[in-house]
Amino acid sequence: MDEATASGLRIAVLVKHVPDAQFDRHISGDDLTTVRSESILSELDEYALEAALQLVEAHGGAAAGHRVTAITMGPAAAVNAVKKSLQIGADDGVHLTDDALTGSDASATSRALAALLQHAGPFDLVLTGMASTDGETSLVPAQLAERLDLPQVTFAASLELTPGDGGWTLAARRDSDTYAETIEAPLPALVSVTDQINDPRYPNFKGIMAAKKKQIQVLSLQDIGLQADEVGFAGSWTTVEAAAPRPPRSQGIVITDEGDAGIRLVDFLAGQKLL
Amino acid sequence: MTSVLVFLDHPAASLAKSERELLSLAASLGDVVVALADEAGQAYLDGIGSYGVQRYYRPDDAAVSDVLVAGKAAFLAEAVRASGAGIVLLGNSYESKEIAARSGVKLDSGVITDVVALDGDLTATKSDFAGSYTVHCRVTTGVAILTVKPNSVEAVEAGPPSSPEAVRVAVELPRAAARITGRVEKPVSGRPELTEARVIVAGGRGVDGDFGPLEDLADALGGAVGASRAATDAGWIEHSAQIGQTGKTVSPQLYISVGISGAIQQKAGMQTSKVIVAVNKDADSPIFEIADFGIVGDLTTVLPQATEEIRKRGL
Ligand SMILES: Cc1cc2nc3c(=O)[nH]c(=O)nc-3n(C[C@H](O)[C@H](O)[C@H](O)COP(=O)(O)OP(=O)(O)OC[C@H]3O[C@@H](n4cnc5c(N)ncnc54)[C@H](O)[C@@H]3O)c2cc1C
Repeated sequence: MDEATASGLRIAVLVKHVPDAQFDRHISGDDLTTVRSESILSELDEYALEAALQLVEAHGGAAAGHRVTAITMGPAAAVNAVKKSLQIGADDGVHLTDDALTGSDASATSRALAALLQHAGPFDLVLTGMASTDGETSLVPAQLAERLDLPQVTFAASLELTPGDGGWTLAARRDSDTYAETIEAPLPALVSVTDQINDPRYPNFKGIMAAKKKQIQVLSLQDIGLQADEVGFAGSWTTVEAAAPRPPRSQGIVITDEGDAGIRLVDFLAGQKLL
Repeated sequence: MTSVLVFLDHPAASLAKSERELLSLAASLGDVVVALADEAGQAYLDGIGSYGVQRYYRPDDAAVSDVLVAGKAAFLAEAVRASGAGIVLLGNSYESKEIAARSGVKLDSGVITDVVALDGDLTATKSDFAGSYTVHCRVTTGVAILTVKPNSVEAVEAGPPSSPEAVRVAVELPRAAARITGRVEKPVSGRPELTEARVIVAGGRGVDGDFGPLEDLADALGGAVGASRAATDAGWIEHSAQIGQTGKTVSPQLYISVGISGAIQQKAGMQTSKVIVAVNKDADSPIFEIADFGIVGDLTTVLPQATEEIRKRGL
């Protein structure tokens, strides 16, 4: 099939507003949720956004009817992740926000995102980062794929799409400890990508200006057909009972090599019973 | 008594250390049964049997392993139903976490990953924010599905080998799934697995292309070799050796950081190590802020001297 006759791709990129890892990150005392001041677009989601933009560009871009939508859920400030995505090159954005979402674990988050994607879609491809840089569970992409009954490719280190008679097919490569795998799946599908897949671009002046004109749809739980008790603390299947900062590591001994540092290292290891 | 189902993926010739740890933890919690996604040899099955396992579950369709994750998750959910297990334990690889994630949705059950300790009432301990918080959490709904990090529990001595009996469960494969079309096995190094190693020697950009001195030291210490992203990006060592936020999280007894500056994303993967040693020629490198023993010096002289000294002492 000729590329021009393949239908326009709709790609959803899930983007998260997360505490900046460059600063100390905190869990708040009262409800044991993450403190979200000093937050940024998760660096790992930038690779997913870049992958979406490259896929679309490889197949004719917006002119061919393709569209990249940046999607987030979270409090008012979370929209900043969508705004940054629009500056980088996404075409439009969706922000699900509702007080009831506070405290959602992976199961509740994936329930909300599944309903959100169904409402805002249909999408041919859902792209995510390999993990959020705050929760770090990497459960959400797999649970979303399960809830939406989509083929799932996680930790993709490369990604290509090919149009065909029966629709688009994706090909990906990924590396585990024991294997290097090649994978194929029909669209629609869900793919999470690693930081090996590309080098994310930065927003430029033109992109920042263009973003001002792009649409961000703001939705509530009611809009996507969910009840308050299906998400947040009430809709979660796990609970955090206590969280305590680990005492910071203190600096130990630092020596400067005067020709015997290797021997002094062995003395240290022997003293620690590490040999 | 609660029945505890242990999911074991990719069985090798015999039980791996982390698998023995999982079976030991399970035995401390209740009656143990096993779900085996792939074909296993007799020695492996006898090994499972030596942990008191009398039954193991197998999918009735070998194709569960040809599709990514979804097939194994469907199989695990069926094995949980068939066994009536109240607790499910898996390893902590990315694939195991995803199998846990998807079967959690199928079973309406909560999932907790990266567990390092579990007490009798199933309160799980894990660390968050790259090791800067210790968190206690629990599954509140459904079967408790937990993925447990290697080296978190002591593997107890197994009993005499015995053959558990296989129970086949019917698995409905997903309608649309990603298929594995090619698989190339990676060469094995002969050194311990990074996530299981007691000692790790990790190198960064400062290694400047030559991991030889690090490999020699690792071999003298019986350790594994890891790397920073700068070193894996440069192609000096395999990507699977990367430690950090987007690589592996490790917490060995001893972590020797060589020619690594100690960026936040690198520290994220190693700061829960018991003892940290750093060798770096720049005294201002942030790695020295967390090192128990720091050496300001050139790795090309410090490492060979240390390796030679270890060998000389016959250690
Ligand atoms: C989203 C994201 C995820 C990332 N994930 C990871 C991750 O998982 N893991 C990771 O490691 N990084 C990760 N990084 C990269 C990280 O930010 C750093 O860039 C990286 O860790 C730097 O590697 P390095 O310390 O080896 O190199 P550098 O920072 O260049 O440090 C090299 C060090 O070697 C020392 N040196 C040089 N020559 C010698 C010598 N002869 N003897 C002794 N010392 C010498 C130098 O003094 C210097 O301190 C990530 C970055 C991003 C943005």
